[in-house]
Amino acid sequence: MRHFLDFEKPIAELEGKIEELRRMTEPEGVNIAEEVARLSEKTERQLRVIYAKLTPWQKTLVARHPERPKAMACITALLTEFTALAGDRAFADDAAVVGGLGRFRGRPVLVVGTEKGTDTESRLKHNFGMARPEGYRKARRLAELAGRFGLPILTFVDTAGAFPGIDAEARGQAEAIARSIEAFLDAPVPIVATITGEGGSGGAIALAAADRILMLEHAIYSVISPEGCASILWREAQAAEQAAEALKLTAEDLKRLELIDAIVPEPLGGAHRDPEAAIAAMGDAIAAALEPLAGIEGPALKARRREKFLAMGRDHGG
Amino acid sequence: MSWLTEYVRPKIRTLLGRREVPENLWHQCPACQQMIFQRDLEKNLKVCTHCGHHMRATAAERLAWSFDEPGPTRIELPKAPFDPLRFRDQKRYAERLREAREKTRMEDAVLVAHGRIGGQPAVVVAMEFSFLGGSMGAAVGEALLAAARLAVLQAAALVIYTASGGARMQEGAISLMQMPRSVIALSLVKEKGLPVVIVLTDPTTGGVTASFAMLGDIQIAEPGALIGFAGARVIEQTVREKLPEGFQRAEYLHEHGIIDMVVRRTELRETLARLLGLLASEPAAAA
Repeated sequence: MRHFLDFEKPIAELEGKIEELRRMTEPEGVNIAEEVARLSEKTERQLRVIYAKLTPWQKTLVARHPERPKAMACITALLTEFTALAGDRAFADDAAVVGGLGRFRGRPVLVVGTEKGTDTESRLKHNFGMARPEGYRKARRLAELAGRFGLPILTFVDTAGAFPGIDAEARGQAEAIARSIEAFLDAPVPIVATITGEGGSGGAIALAAADRILMLEHAIYSVISPEGCASILWREAQAAEQAAEALKLTAEDLKRLELIDAIVPEPLGGAHRDPEAAIAAMGDAIAAALEPLAGIEGPALKARRREKFLAMGRDHGG
Repeated sequence: MSWLTEYVRPKIRTLLGRREVPENLWHQCPACQQMIFQRDLEKNLKVCTHCGHHMRATAAERLAWSFDEPGPTRIELPKAPFDPLRFRDQKRYAERLREAREKTRMEDAVLVAHGRIGGQPAVVVAMEFSFLGGSMGAAVGEALLAAARLAVLQAAALVIYTASGGARMQEGAISLMQMPRSVIALSLVKEKGLPVVIVLTDPTTGGVTASFAMLGDIQIAEPGALIGFAGARVIEQTVREKLPEGFQRAEYLHEHGIIDMVVRRTELRETLARLLGLLASEPAAAA
């Protein structure tokens, strides 16, 4: 059963009808195939209308869609010979952060991502994509490994944020995030980060200090969740829609603010309607982003990456 | 308050001499409720003379307390983008900024000065919590970078007093980007073999702890300071557990190996002087 968002209701109804028709035996005088085609066309038109003017809050819901392709789906589809690596070598393996070695279009790379999981069981296993210090320490270890072997790093970011837990604090959540940011900034290899769904604050930037930062069309990237912002600044979580608007968290906003490099277009109706096509588009965008970085020496890459972050925000505002 | 109490009373007071002690000469300790004579409190660097509670200090006080004679030389901070998102909640961010500037007479949530600590050259950054919760936006990021560059230029240590609720929401993802920017600032100093000492003061949380504030060569915290990544309320709501006694306090972090030491404010300058001296005795391969 497909999951429909509130504003996708008209689509749900149309698709329900199509489904019904398909199950029917051909009644007198009705051409089912024709009717299905007509309704399918109508669905597409509707989708185009709805998705052409998603509000920032609606994009937030799309970015969090349970059927949106998750990190492991991207990794297994885009890489061959994927070999998962585990652990922070100190405490545990945090399944909220996945990663390993593999080949991207024939070339060895290192991948790291935050994984939310796809069903109840896996969501629990991956802690809904909210990492503990072990996760960020694993990310840091993998970034250092990539540096040692000259492997480009691809990251897939989709997280509500770092896990807010007693254990996480006791083991140095803040330090783990800080060191991960530092490790990515220092890696002498090309890094392409893709914000695939939710780019949630510190937990996201921990894996996104990259040379090229891509964002899926309906992904969001924000310093705080709209709900969190609403409860602090509006003093009511119901103001989340307004907060989403004010935070300027859509891919378009981030591109305009020059905080990301490119927007990856999603299939009509969002990545969740056609994960395969969404991942394929991501693959092309990542390849295009990696290409110009290929010939640059490590120290120069690092220097450019620094300059990139140092320039951020400088030309905006009054 | 009528014109009479407002304008006449001070005159009466002068006429009567100093028999009536103005209220603002006494300060009540928020921890032990004891009254402390303001002058004693200031002499004791805003540490309660009864119970040792560390009250919050301003950025200007931090600078004043840090350096050897003749004290700090403040530097002018670079201009940062103003209200890049034209953010508005129930109030405009532009207005909140103006109010904070008026209240604190600071441009943003941070001051930077240089001078000497125990004879060692040092650049000191002090965050101001009363300026929009000490939040880190582009201005704080720029200030940290300016301080780092100055430290490199002067071959000085970088000392940072943190006091912040985290990233400045009203600057959206631009404030988030101050996390990597501030990490770069510290790297500039460290790469030259110069020491970075972080002094975590009450409170330091969120994106500030998850970036430069945890990356010092030496991590110091003031007694009782609240230091953490996530807010206590958020954690409680997430894990539905009672938080342990002393959770996210300086002593808790020390016990968990996250910081090097908890140092009383009255011993801070001496500690900094000693540390900077020790770290300067073997200059690393400074390029």
